[in-house]
Amino acid sequence: MVHFGNLKPKKGKIHIEKDMCKGCAFCVEYCPKDVLELSEEFNVKGYHPPVVIKEDDCLYCQLCETICPEFAIFVTLKEEEEEGEKGESRP
Amino acid sequence: MKKVKADPKGVLSGSHYLDGDYAIAEGGLAAGCRFFAGYPITPSTETAERFSERIPSVGGVFIQMEDELASIAALIGAVWGGKKSMTVTSGPGFSLMMENIGLACMMETPLVIANVQRGGPSTGLPTLTGQQDMMQVRWGSHGDYKIIALSPDSPQECFDLTIEAFNLSEIYRVPTFVMTDECVGHMHEKVVIPPAEEIELVERKWYTGPKDQYLPYKNDKDMIPFMIKIGDGYRFHTTGLTHDERGYPVINAECQDVCVRHLNDKITMNADKIIRLEEDEIDNAEIIVISYGITSRVTTRAVRQARKAGIKVGTIRLITVWPFPEKRINELAKKVKAFVVPEINYGQMVLEVERCAAGQTPTVHVPHCGGWVHDPDDILKAIKEAAK
Amino acid sequence: MKKDNPTKKQNPITDLLRMDRIPHIWCPGCGIGTVLTSFAEALRKSEIDLDKVAVLSGIGCTGRVAGYVKMDSIHTTHGRAVPVATGVKLANPEMKVVVFSGDGDISGIGGNHFIHAARRNMDIMIICVNNFNYAMTGGQVAATTPKGANASTAPYGNFEYSFNLPYLAEASGATYVARWTALHLRRVTKSIQEALGKRGFSFIEVITPCVTLYARRNRLGDGLNLLKYYHEKSEIQHGADTRTVDISYQGKLIVGKFVDIDKPTFLDCMNEHLGKVLGDKYQPYGVNND
Ligand SMILES: Cc1ncc(C[n+]2csc(CCOP(=O)(O)OP(=O)(O)O)c2C)c(N)n1
Ligand code: SF4
Ligand code: SF4
Ligand code: SF4
Ligand SMILES: [Mg+2]
Repeated sequence: MVHFGNLKPKKGKIHIEKDMCKGCAFCVEYCPKDVLELSEEFNVKGYHPPVVIKEDDCLYCQLCETICPEFAIFVTLKEEEEEGEKGESRP
Repeated sequence: MKKVKADPKGVLSGSHYLDGDYAIAEGGLAAGCRFFAGYPITPSTETAERFSERIPSVGGVFIQMEDELASIAALIGAVWGGKKSMTVTSGPGFSLMMENIGLACMMETPLVIANVQRGGPSTGLPTLTGQQDMMQVRWGSHGDYKIIALSPDSPQECFDLTIEAFNLSEIYRVPTFVMTDECVGHMHEKVVIPPAEEIELVERKWYTGPKDQYLPYKNDKDMIPFMIKIGDGYRFHTTGLTHDERGYPVINAECQDVCVRHLNDKITMNADKIIRLEEDEIDNAEIIVISYGITSRVTTRAVRQARKAGIKVGTIRLITVWPFPEKRINELAKKVKAFVVPEINYGQMVLEVERCAAGQTPTVHVPHCGGWVHDPDDILKAIKEAAK
Repeated sequence: MKKDNPTKKQNPITDLLRMDRIPHIWCPGCGIGTVLTSFAEALRKSEIDLDKVAVLSGIGCTGRVAGYVKMDSIHTTHGRAVPVATGVKLANPEMKVVVFSGDGDISGIGGNHFIHAARRNMDIMIICVNNFNYAMTGGQVAATTPKGANASTAPYGNFEYSFNLPYLAEASGATYVARWTALHLRRVTKSIQEALGKRGFSFIEVITPCVTLYARRNRLGDGLNLLKYYHEKSEIQHGADTRTVDISYQGKLIVGKFVDIDKPTFLDCMNEHLGKVLGDKYQPYGVNND
């Protein structure tokens, strides 16, 4: 991958509200880096929510967040959390 | 209830020679109506025409919609957008409005609809009179709800009662109807429009408390919830679904019970305050003629003749048609020999009279299928018959 | 409401939704939630004052959107969201008025209102979730059901012609017309953002899977399959002649931004015309008097 200027590739931290999920797998299917997988576990509604299997690969593209019809998954910028306000704003 | 004086901008003070349709428009403008959406239909169109001509210099919007379904829908939007709003129609258009009249009731939306009645059913008699929508106005939309309806008998009253309709609709947050007819709508008479400072209006029941505590359907002490308008930052929700205090849908029998009872009770429990009747020579009457709108004027002549013939006749003119004056009719039913009910239909308000008389006294109907007013002799005949 | 620990991160969409009403009623794999997320994202990106956004909808699965957004919102009757929106806009011209509508709502029962609002160039935005059927009532045939598709009231297949909604919108006078599938997340968001930034009648059609009814009855698989399928079948043609973008059963879906023009809105025309004709007698409306 080519990075322009001093833009570092972004890293995302994934938050999953397990009990809001209805297991449609949209997020799993459309994550460009296969960061997610449907788990074996059942949530309170009896669906399999996703789990993060490769968080380091997450690009912070937020595709999972936008595609989720249940508002059950969202991503925050990793640097933001680790380095405070220095992190870049959302794209 | 906050009372304010009319905005002089909308008040055409002075003495005028107007027909009932125009007088309705002037009443609306005087009452502060600044949004009118309508669709042409005889014999109500003149009201819309008058609005389209007058409102640009008053500071409001007139829009001719694509049909009556759209007219009433636009009114609902405009009211939640903060405006006082009205429309006018007649039979076929009134039928088209029914679904969203129910929505307005359910969302407790104050608005005014004038129905200049013509003969029906269907296209019926576009240019000729009728009083055949008197039950439709009460029951026409599905479900249980209550509305307020007034019936003017002259152009002057078209003006006065349109203002009153706005006031009542704001007090009770309910669609309120001016149920006139082709005769009154097209009748030219003197209409005196008072100076703005003599016209008392009821201000919408605006909520003023903290934003985060606003509940669109939480009843105040007088049973009526506070209102806000779109754009003021309350981020409220309203729906035609059965809802709780937050305006959120709750689909079960318990919530339905609270919701429906409220929509009905707020009118029933305030009926005494709402109802206006004009009574004449009731005290010693053996016969009481009950009528409304144009038929009351025809009745006057029949009653005069009956009195000349020695019959003790009293009259009741229903200025408020809905809610119906149940208590008064029931009380009088104990004292009189009969009620006589002429109306330009095949039997509508007479059913209410009969219901309230509850078998205590006979009720004589004088029907007229529409197209013209009664021959006073027919009413006289009925009075004489009843007095026997 | 969820009793989350306050330091825990919140999904930013929670600022725009009535979280006390979530979970929503939509089926697992239904695309309506995805379109709603795109709408929320567009609102966030456009940094619009949410106090000045009103969302209206009619009746249907899509019609439930108005109940979930944390903005001034009215859930009206079937087909009538557009005229109610017209009233809101005219009463309160500073509002951005958005109608979230099903295909049946907008082009079946509400078709007349739709074309007339477009004709007047009423300054409102329509987001139409087209799932090719009347979903809420159980998957009946709609004015948008492609010829040949199955529906509960077209059990032998639909033999009626269907509406080409972008063409209808453009021909009626819309100033912004776009079509995407629900999977075109960023593009849907971008279109909504563009329309939010415009004045005039805008129409955005989003082809969206109805997994439970349309997909099952037509054996098109689950939401995932359908989302992917619509996306794969789509071909972006910005500026395409809307006469050519009708949808056939299982055929190509032409998507893109088809129309983006500027012309005076209803209120612009009213103020301009009446000002000219009536002169000083005219009180310009919605300019300073609100
Ligand atoms: C006047 C009226 N007729 C019929 C209905 C029943 N009804 C409710 S939703 C609906 C269809 C909705 O279809 P669409 O607008 O495409 O929305 P979807 O459910 O597909 O999102 C119908 C016919 C109604 N509510 N009101
Ligand atoms: S943000 Fe992008 S890369 Fe990260 S999990 Fe979501 S979809 Fe995958
Ligand atoms: S997209 Fe949302 S609902 Fe679907 S599996 Fe992922 S988290 Fe669950
Ligand atoms: S019935 Fe269809 S449109 Fe309605 S919620 Fe289910 S999947 Fe969505
Ligand atoms: Mg649909």
